[in-house]
Amino acid sequence: MCDVCGCAGGEDLVRVEVMHSLLHDNDHQAAHNRAHFAEAGVLVVNLMSSPGAGKTRLLEATIQALRGRLTIAVIEGDLETENDARRIRAAGAQAVQITTGTACHLDARMVHAALHRIDLGPVDVLFIENVGNLVCPACFDLGQHRNVVLLSVTEGDDKPEKYPVMFRAADLMTVTKLDLMDAVGDFSPAVATRHLRALASAAPVLEISARSGAGMEAWIDWLVAERARCG
Amino acid sequence: MHELSICEALLRQVLMVAASRGLRRVEKITLRIGPLAGIEPELVRFAFPLVAAGTACAGATIRIESVPVRVRCQLCRSESDARPNCLLCGTCGAWRVTILSGDEMLLASVEVREPADV
Repeated sequence: MCDVCGCAGGEDLVRVEVMHSLLHDNDHQAAHNRAHFAEAGVLVVNLMSSPGAGKTRLLEATIQALRGRLTIAVIEGDLETENDARRIRAAGAQAVQITTGTACHLDARMVHAALHRIDLGPVDVLFIENVGNLVCPACFDLGQHRNVVLLSVTEGDDKPEKYPVMFRAADLMTVTKLDLMDAVGDFSPAVATRHLRALASAAPVLEISARSGAGMEAWIDWLVAERARCG
Repeated sequence: MHELSICEALLRQVLMVAASRGLRRVEKITLRIGPLAGIEPELVRFAFPLVAAGTACAGATIRIESVPVRVRCQLCRSESDARPNCLLCGTCGAWRVTILSGDEMLLASVEVREPADV
């Protein structure tokens, strides 16, 4: 490197300092989405987990539990099918399905496109059910206010240790399928929590069974409190 | 593999930087990626040439600077190295720490050749 001006050496080679996030475009779009949400007075929660951890089932139970109190809408992300959006509509909430094809995560642009297909007017809480994947979705800001990461008891209590980037992004971790804990036998919520704390995370941990209803009250209380905080 | 999306975004950003300076051929791109960023440097190296083919970035060298994971304890105030899945204070073992470095995902700089010399 030239020690006069710091250029890369050759006369014709110019070094341009940038120091921008690699996800600059996505972050910009996410900020735009956030402005939409603020204008509509909506709490936006991004649900992330591995496939089959019970995101859609938790949403069905949440819609039912909040009926008459808060109005829910859901943006569903999957590689293929409208199955989850159909389940959400059957549970009584607005749903828009994003099919990503081969993409392993949602990004802020996809969410923005989906927003134009949803009426945010009556909505209090908008859930974004991300593509089931414990790696890729963690990197992309969608404009959400809170990240909730689900860990089902069938997956093992060491997942936060194995997927630190995802679990470090969590504002709340929910241990799901609590009703299966005895059948699984070796899942310890305390161990899962210890692994989460090792990521310097202060996120609360809730243990839930959407099937039996156990722990649903604490989850609903959390949502209502977060809604009040953002609105 | 979200690194492909990241490379597409990187390409757009680098081409914009080059165009804004009226510069044509990109020789070298320097990134700074920490272990907590959730981006695999090897996959970026692999994927970038695929998205850059046929553009001013084709053939550009990708240099990726790594950044150590460092934390500062909120209790004992000491600073220590850490691992991505164990960010505990190296001195007292507390989990209430502040991340000092290791979560970077930056486009640091671009080296471009001026048009007159291309």
